[in-house]
Amino acid sequence: MALTREQIENIADLACLELQPTEVPVYQTSLSAILDFVGELDRADTASVAPMAHPLPGLSQRLRPDAITEQDHHELYQENAPQVAAGLYLVPKVIE
Amino acid sequence: MSVTVHRRTLAQLAAGLRAKEFSSVELTRLFLERIEASQPSLNAFISITREQAQAAAQAADRDLAASRGGALTGVPIAHKDIFCTAGVKTTCGSRMLDNFVSPYDATLVAKLKAAGAVMLGKANMDEFAMGSSNETSYFGPVRNPWNTALVPGGSSGGSAAAVAARLAPLATATDTGGSIRQPAALCGVTGLKPTYGRVSRYGMIAFASSLDQAGTITATAEDAALVLREMAGFDPNDSTSVDRPVPDYMASLNAPLTGLKIGLLKEFFDKGLDPQCERRIREALALYEKLGAQLREVSLPNLPLSVPAYYVVAPAECSSNLARFDGVRFGHRCKEPRDLMDLFKRSRGEGFGAEVKRRIMTGTYVLSAGYYDAYYLKAQKVRQLIAADFARAFGEVDVLIGPTTPTPAFEIGAKTSDPITMYLNDIYTIGANLAGLPAMSIPCGFAMAQGSPGRGLPVGLQIVGPHFSEAKLLNVAHVYQRETDWHTMVPEAYA
Repeated sequence: MALTREQIENIADLACLELQPTEVPVYQTSLSAILDFVGELDRADTASVAPMAHPLPGLSQRLRPDAITEQDHHELYQENAPQVAAGLYLVPKVIE
Repeated sequence: MSVTVHRRTLAQLAAGLRAKEFSSVELTRLFLERIEASQPSLNAFISITREQAQAAAQAADRDLAASRGGALTGVPIAHKDIFCTAGVKTTCGSRMLDNFVSPYDATLVAKLKAAGAVMLGKANMDEFAMGSSNETSYFGPVRNPWNTALVPGGSSGGSAAAVAARLAPLATATDTGGSIRQPAALCGVTGLKPTYGRVSRYGMIAFASSLDQAGTITATAEDAALVLREMAGFDPNDSTSVDRPVPDYMASLNAPLTGLKIGLLKEFFDKGLDPQCERRIREALALYEKLGAQLREVSLPNLPLSVPAYYVVAPAECSSNLARFDGVRFGHRCKEPRDLMDLFKRSRGEGFGAEVKRRIMTGTYVLSAGYYDAYYLKAQKVRQLIAADFARAFGEVDVLIGPTTPTPAFEIGAKTSDPITMYLNDIYTIGANLAGLPAMSIPCGFAMAQGSPGRGLPVGLQIVGPHFSEAKLLNVAHVYQRETDWHTMVPEAYA
């Protein structure tokens, strides 16, 4: 399966990744090869197979009690933020 | 202190500390010096936490003097840089997190700290654990201590190289498709990937949440047992953590192997297996037979589909997990973004390396509208078939034994141009992840690569068991290590 340049650009757009023009043909080749490779899965007859929902048989995702357990650590957490002011994360203006 | 203290196992070091043969400060200084001396040739570490280590060692010595503390008090260890460590840079091998100082400890880190371990530093790794050669790290490749022209394997390449070169008696690691076992095999050390859910994933930076599991790289199975006992257990902070008692893995290490039923996976001895590796595996199997085990061939007909199934499931989950890196709350942010979308796209485009972007895009594609059923759903069905194959095999045998990798370590750069060639390194390891099974790799001898100096390159023996059979795997590995000395071999430059 050969992906086109436009398809790669569309995937990158969906994934929120800016690609350099030189990267596009590289991913065109490798993603096409990967999709061919995973296409082998079609060989398996899965008509009567339920998809795996959890790697451990009989288990499912546990839910926690709906209780407030988090403490307010925003100052500590915001030490890692690129830009903050007055306890808020700053981003470029969204609404004109 | 004896000049060969660094060659002792973790269990021996813990005993030596308790017997006051040496102090934790002395031991910590020794390993820090070894790490620093090895950095130019191996690059096994991203951060060396000298000051914190010295302070922790002093505290450990006070505990030891007062006969307080836990099983690992004063023992120096390394953490893979995928585990969050409070107040210490946690990069996951990525430019994206080059500036990230974790505000909290991963559960595994907290548990080992509580057991008394002293952190020496953060081990290098493939970026976001995506790679099989440690060449995708933003901080440069790790080199194999047996031959620095070769890769150590990945993604826990720094952890495996560190233990192989005796820069630490234990390095924590993670395994999504083979990332503990494959580098352990290529570096000649013992790697343990526990059952999915056995060790908490809280604070372990997520790659593929239905596959990721934390484990250990050590010199011996006994050390792995000692550490797993401290690491395993229920954690309410991880929704996939299993609430089940942790057995004493040390207690059953020496159980005799008489009557043990070993399955030889037909699919593990296929045409891709290097003949010298196969010879070492067959020799190990012969030893098991001598020890009273019975061998029989079993077949997992769907196993050949494990790599394709993995390369749908893992990228799909990665594309979702890595969506959190947006340049807003933490991590890399691009310079002078024009608008919010530009901020997201350029921060991610600059912060992630080529392989991570490849997997995010593969995952985005297979999950995109119209393709979900054909790829993700299909892969999860095939995964069920593979899990059923394993379950059937474990109805007949106690453990499966075979090679960990098709070949010994390969040259740096040899497989970087073709992602699929690289992905096929994990052909024998991925099945255990897809089925959530525990598995180990232990050293079982050396293969003479063409023109390689010395005794050759390490070969790994893989042992896979049913869910929660870690005690059995450790027993099977330990009894082998009692009879052989492959696990004591250290590369000449680090002896």
